[in-house]
Amino acid sequence: MYQQRNSSLVKGNDKVTIWLYAIIILIGLVCIYSVEYKSTDNFIQTLIGFKKNYSKQFFFFLACCVIGIFILLIDSKLFTATANLSYLIGIVLILATFVLGKEIKGSKSWIPLGFMNLQPVELCKIFTALALAKFISLQETDFTKPKSQAIAAAIAFSPAVLSILQGETGLALVYFSFLIPMYREGLPPGYLIAGFSMGVLLVVSLLFPTKTLVIAFTIIAALLIWLNKKQFRRNKSLLTIILSAWLFCTVFVWVLVPLVFTKVLKGYQADRIFSMVGKENPFLNKNNTVALTDAQEKEKKKKSEGQDYNVKQSKIAIGSGGFLGKGFLKGTQTQGDFVPEQHTDFIFTSVGENFGFWGTTILMLLYLALLLRIVFIAERQRSTFSRVYAYSVAAILFFHIVVNVCVTIGLAPVIGITLPLMSYGGSSLITFTILIFILIKLDADRQMVLR
Amino acid sequence: MSVFNQSRKNVVILVFITMFIIIIGQLANLQLFSSGLSEAALAQGTFRKVIYPERGIVFDRNKNAILENTTTYDLMLTPNKLKGIDTFGICKILGIDTAQFKKKVVELIIKNGRARASVFEGLLSPDKMAMLNESMYLFAPAFFMQERSMRTYPYDAAANVLGYTSEVDTSFIRKHKDEGYAPGDYAGLTGIERSYEKVLMGQRGIEYWKRDNKNRLTEKLENGKYDTTQVAGQNLHTSLDIKLQELGEKLMQNKLGSIVAIDPKTGGILAMVSAPTYQPKYLTGAERKKHFSELYSNPALPLLNRTVNAEYSPGSTFKTLQALVGLHEGVIAPSFSVSCGGAFYGCGGGKPMKCLDYGTFNLRNAITVSDNTYFATVMQRVINNPKYSNADSSLNLDSSLAVWNRYMYAFGLGHKLGVDVPTERKGFIPTPAYFNKIYGSHKWNYCSFRSCSIGQGEVTTTPLQVANEMAYIANKGWYYTPHVVDSIDGGDKFELLKKYKIKNHPIDIADSVFDVVHDGMQGVLERGTGGNARVKGINICGKTGTVENYYRGKKQENHSFFCAFAPRENPKIAIMCVVENSGRFGGTYAAPIVGLMIEKYLKDSITDKGRLAKIESLAKLSLIPKKIYAEMRIQDSVRHAGDSAYLIAKGFIKIIKDTTGIDDDSEEEQAINKLVKEKQEKEKKDKEEEKKKIIKPEAILPNEKKKTIETDSLAKKDEEQPQ
Repeated sequence: MYQQRNSSLVKGNDKVTIWLYAIIILIGLVCIYSVEYKSTDNFIQTLIGFKKNYSKQFFFFLACCVIGIFILLIDSKLFTATANLSYLIGIVLILATFVLGKEIKGSKSWIPLGFMNLQPVELCKIFTALALAKFISLQETDFTKPKSQAIAAAIAFSPAVLSILQGETGLALVYFSFLIPMYREGLPPGYLIAGFSMGVLLVVSLLFPTKTLVIAFTIIAALLIWLNKKQFRRNKSLLTIILSAWLFCTVFVWVLVPLVFTKVLKGYQADRIFSMVGKENPFLNKNNTVALTDAQEKEKKKKSEGQDYNVKQSKIAIGSGGFLGKGFLKGTQTQGDFVPEQHTDFIFTSVGENFGFWGTTILMLLYLALLLRIVFIAERQRSTFSRVYAYSVAAILFFHIVVNVCVTIGLAPVIGITLPLMSYGGSSLITFTILIFILIKLDADRQMVLR
Repeated sequence: MSVFNQSRKNVVILVFITMFIIIIGQLANLQLFSSGLSEAALAQGTFRKVIYPERGIVFDRNKNAILENTTTYDLMLTPNKLKGIDTFGICKILGIDTAQFKKKVVELIIKNGRARASVFEGLLSPDKMAMLNESMYLFAPAFFMQERSMRTYPYDAAANVLGYTSEVDTSFIRKHKDEGYAPGDYAGLTGIERSYEKVLMGQRGIEYWKRDNKNRLTEKLENGKYDTTQVAGQNLHTSLDIKLQELGEKLMQNKLGSIVAIDPKTGGILAMVSAPTYQPKYLTGAERKKHFSELYSNPALPLLNRTVNAEYSPGSTFKTLQALVGLHEGVIAPSFSVSCGGAFYGCGGGKPMKCLDYGTFNLRNAITVSDNTYFATVMQRVINNPKYSNADSSLNLDSSLAVWNRYMYAFGLGHKLGVDVPTERKGFIPTPAYFNKIYGSHKWNYCSFRSCSIGQGEVTTTPLQVANEMAYIANKGWYYTPHVVDSIDGGDKFELLKKYKIKNHPIDIADSVFDVVHDGMQGVLERGTGGNARVKGINICGKTGTVENYYRGKKQENHSFFCAFAPRENPKIAIMCVVENSGRFGGTYAAPIVGLMIEKYLKDSITDKGRLAKIESLAKLSLIPKKIYAEMRIQDSVRHAGDSAYLIAKGFIKIIKDTTGIDDDSEEEQAINKLVKEKQEKEKKDKEEEKKKIIKPEAILPNEKKKTIETDSLAKKDEEQPQ
């Protein structure tokens, strides 16, 4: 332990994680470069120029290196000590955006810092992970008790609720990923399934009309009852569970969702949430609907068409890569700016076009390796704090990766979240760097028992 | 506190792996099994740009460029950069109002998008160009000029021979499916621009470009790895003498008709004048469409190439050929004489064919004075030659007329010669099958078509055929197929010139036979009807023709014909001239024109003051028939009903395209029977049309021409011949 402290920068750090982290960031830089590439540009000049996105991302990366080293030099105890405080600060920052917020891409969740824009909800993922780890690792916490579970859930989901109020649905959904560490620590699997179902339910309730959903739920419930009719004699609660699940779902989409969207949320907030999934707000007041001008109607239509266009272009770009890809800097779709937001949320398309199926597969395997490595690290921790934190990191990364990639390949509705370490953007890159490097630091000090 | 064992960890790992497998599965679906996506990417992300090479240059026999390229400019507009531009200024220069301006911009946006430059006004005229150049900085960057290659004619002559290029229409593209034409391409539509299109166009280059979401071309795909470079069109060397051509066009001013001059040694065409003609530059540049409809609607038909696309009775020029047939068949000897007692009585009473010069003539003198009776007798002897008698005597005429047909065919008549100027017609030589149809099977004899012997009646020829006939006589029995293009720079890859290198030597006729005919023809200039063609110091052999003709059954003024070759000893030029409806005789107008052309070509320049004055007076002389002026007046009233709009509405503009686009069949040799059938059908159609007074679109040009020029053979069968 003594030795480790002396050379904490080098020894005890998990090199596999650091390598995977660095490789993925470099791939990201290459992809952002390919999006902006013009054959006339002078590479070195523009890289230093801080004008192009890849140049900015490069400097963000350098900043991340500094931040990473800085984190590795911090005493691990500081993280446990400041976990609750930082969480509090995070919440305050989110609340501050209601006042100070700068509107970027339709959401007012950004705080301008001059050299970059900070998204507190993004940053708050770290503080939430720390706070959750802190709470669960407390000696007085018995996570088998529903009360503790409720408190943990409150810690995890409060930023999400605030984020939804700001219209940042995509980032809010990320907080559902905290169910995974909670599950690992003893949350009954029912919650995980329920949480996952809730997520799905929320999305489908936004996507489909209420009547369709209620009919679908009824059919599914009827099917389940019919399939399990023989088991009801032995297990009487099963019928109850199915019926209550059906009842909940129906109430949720029929009563709860309209109630929240008409009474709790303000009109513009509801609009934003729906626009996240590319839909019009169906709960608008009749009066408001009449008042809606043609221009607004058109704009809305344009927006939903725009999202169809995004996904279509994204699929074209990925699909046209074929098995081997078109080769680096040869992607016609990437360079023709056909995919909107390609350097941020749709960065995966440039991998698909330039490097083809083998490229996307290797990238996905790299991500999977990173996730499995983090799970492996989590399991070797002695302290609950580190383990919960590690699982939180894995869960957040997992959610980001899966949702982002599913959006680009047309498996999920358009939800605006970044691809970790690859997407352009300082806020996202620094957040993930901090997340991962705190984990590395905690892992390096795994011999210590942290609470 | 790891109460929860490995199982929960494993569940988490399982969830992770499952999701990744689903994602990789979908990636495989998109990237390996959805070929449609690649196609979509190719369609929207790349652009196939065609690079047009310069068309080949055309030279005359003295290496003067007579058709070359010049650079003009298109005014280009990128609509999304239009903000803050001095719209009023640009409208003033272009001569449009702001409403038109806006309309045009909207059209361009619809056609090509906002971000991409489109042609706002193509082929700027020099004065607009100059004005724009001065103030271009006011209109940049929305407007800019783009270079473009355009055809130019340095000599302002030979419009009908050289032809013009034009944007291809859909029917052209359909016809030439495999040659890679696309809308917006230019192709030669008439003249040698058309016949040598393959050679002149060169090889188009293709560049593959990347384009972006706003349809702008950004850069070449993979640095031009898949590009093919363009190859410039091949240059053509023609046998035309552009100075001679210019003189010919000058002499034919204010007249209808044509001149064809051939170098008998090579078959190369020296001059090919079709009057009236037009300034070739009329059909290039921005005003092309306007000029085109003007030219098209002109009743004098300036767009018609009369040298190959008009058929006339050859008149007395035909007699020289009858002399050859008679001598070679042995039915006459040079000393054979016929007396003209006022008319040809070989067919008994009725309407005898008159002759003008009373007396007794041998062959030489008969040619010199153009004695009708003599040649009527010669042909009668050929047709009634006992040599060709059959067991069934009713077939005698069939076989003897077929013999005569073969001679005519060998002389290049009754079929397309195969010249490299498009729209050539066949002319007509009547056959036994034709007469069987007209008069009933074998209910005809020589007297039914005796006027053919003097080049009237059923026989028709094109001016080119008559000139070629002169070359044949000059060469004493052979000719090369007439052609304009002698050689192609870089080789004749498509073997377009192959047939012009073959000597046609159809029948062995003794030189002595030709000598007799030459004697007679030289006599025409020295003692006979062609004295006006005489040139000091040159022995010219010639023959006049005064051709009767009918328009819608009404007798018109005679056509004046003259054909000749010179010098007799070593022929260097074979030439014919026809002046339509000039009245008077062949020697009156056509002969002096031929004389001046021969002098110009053989002596290179005309310096004598008297001769120069002659050129001027001939050039000023107007011989345009009255009926043309009458039709012009009718058309004027039509035009002011709204010129081109009217024409388009009536389908006239389309007709032009259909009729100037020449049919592609180059079958030269066709059964004479088939020819007859066509002829009859055409005549039938003509009659119907005359009744209805309705013009069928696809037949407009040929029919118009026919009515104007062609003799109505059936109507004037037994008329007398003046010369």
